[in-house]
Amino acid sequence: MPIDTGDTAWLLISTALVWLMVPGLALFYGGMVRRKNLLSTMMMSFAIIAIVSVLWVLYGYSLSFGPDNSGVIGGLDWLGLKRVGQDPSSVYATTVPHLAFMAFQAMFAIITVALITGAVVERMKFSALLIFSALWLTLVYCPVAHWVWGSGGWLAKLGVLDFAGGIVVHISAGVSALALALVLGPRKGFKDKQPMEPNNIPMVALGAGLLWFGWFGFNAGSALTSGGLASSAFVATNTSAAAAAVTWMILSWIYRRPTILGTATGAIAGLAAITPAAGFVAPLAGIPIGIVAAVVCYYAMLLRVKKMGVDESLDVWACHGIGGTWGALAVGIFASVAVNSAGANGLIFGSGVQLARQLLGVVVVWGFAFGVTWVVGKIVDVTIGLRVNATEETVGLDISQHGERAYGGMLR
Amino acid sequence: MKLIEAIIRQEKLDAVRAALEAGGYFGVTVSEVSGRGRQGGLTLQWRVGEYKVDLLPKIKVEVVVLDEDVARILNVITTAARTGEMGDGKLFVLPVENAVRVRTGEEGDNAI
Repeated sequence: MPIDTGDTAWLLISTALVWLMVPGLALFYGGMVRRKNLLSTMMMSFAIIAIVSVLWVLYGYSLSFGPDNSGVIGGLDWLGLKRVGQDPSSVYATTVPHLAFMAFQAMFAIITVALITGAVVERMKFSALLIFSALWLTLVYCPVAHWVWGSGGWLAKLGVLDFAGGIVVHISAGVSALALALVLGPRKGFKDKQPMEPNNIPMVALGAGLLWFGWFGFNAGSALTSGGLASSAFVATNTSAAAAAVTWMILSWIYRRPTILGTATGAIAGLAAITPAAGFVAPLAGIPIGIVAAVVCYYAMLLRVKKMGVDESLDVWACHGIGGTWGALAVGIFASVAVNSAGANGLIFGSGVQLARQLLGVVVVWGFAFGVTWVVGKIVDVTIGLRVNATEETVGLDISQHGERAYGGMLR
Repeated sequence: MKLIEAIIRQEKLDAVRAALEAGGYFGVTVSEVSGRGRQGGLTLQWRVGEYKVDLLPKIKVEVVVLDEDVARILNVITTAARTGEMGDGKLFVLPVENAVRVRTGEEGDNAI
């Protein structure tokens, strides 16, 4: 097919928008930790941009999207971008240069790995994080991306739908975050409920804003074309984020006061939930999807803190894992072929068949991501060790891991 | 000479300074401090639930006064800083060995 310049322009812009989500995530997470760990938290995201970008062009893209091997993994035919050039691919995004599609997918891989870091802030050794990230990209992300999005992937063939990554990105990152936090153990002082005060809530708000902004590229860009479908996904995305933000604001208001930390968190939950559905459901479905996302993520977070007692520090599981799960199931409820002929009819417009397929996808990726992450985490732990030592943790990771501090100078 | 260390509410700084000036003392050192007395901490909200902050932000005002002014200045500060609620703060009086004015080298009472 010939290259469509409108599609290409939109996809390249979307790629850059998704890239911007990662520094946004660095601010979002960075603002929520104690000030002695602000830089180390931001550095986790920045380093992952660098590392995953390189691994992706070397082999990650080929493993995820390369010619299929039994539905399980892509082949090595596209190593080092061999045969990935300026002409469109014959199977993916056939109206844009193959390189543009590859770059768009690179950003998804980067942010998925970066999302996990929210679980391990303030105590994970930086070197261990880098090695874990490379292993996780290779052993979890690439296979799951291939199953769901790769041409010939086995979950795709079974009809599992994931428009922009509710399963591939949010479930895999959220569930893996929980597994890694369990292997790593809690921060010092977590068990005796020492307060861990966020150092900069304005930073959290700005980070959430950049994430919301970048998410337009994430979801509307996943149309891979610049026409009606992209517009529909765009509106669904904004609507769900807004509905979830309002809902979380109300929940925190019922508790005591409407907090900006809660409202920003709600927006992220709504965005995670609409991600798998954005291009399969009507824009207005963003409202119920967003409202339910905020409620289930809110209570998942409460459950994590009060009942599970796991120091999954910044609630990647509760926000992205649970939000993504709800969104993936919501596809099976709200999807309509009137919105996207490549999609399906969900419970409302058809039958429960799609919901069953979605449930299968959810269960498979939950199990796979949790299991493999747990094993990879253990391997890194017994070889080089996952944690900093007690003194390094007390001093803070900014100084102990990076030799820097966020706010320098004794006098202003 | 005595040093009066006044731990007061942040919002009472202007009132205390004005009262000290009216009482004849212009020279003060002010710092932002945190601490707690009998007043409990502050309860803040997290994404879900809440957490308690034990130490509250306060202002510390340091002023060195002549021996004969101590009682009067303590009264001046107390009146200006008081709201009657918990958390109004505390005053400490410490002996001062000597004082030197850097510009002129004057010492003792003349230097304050």
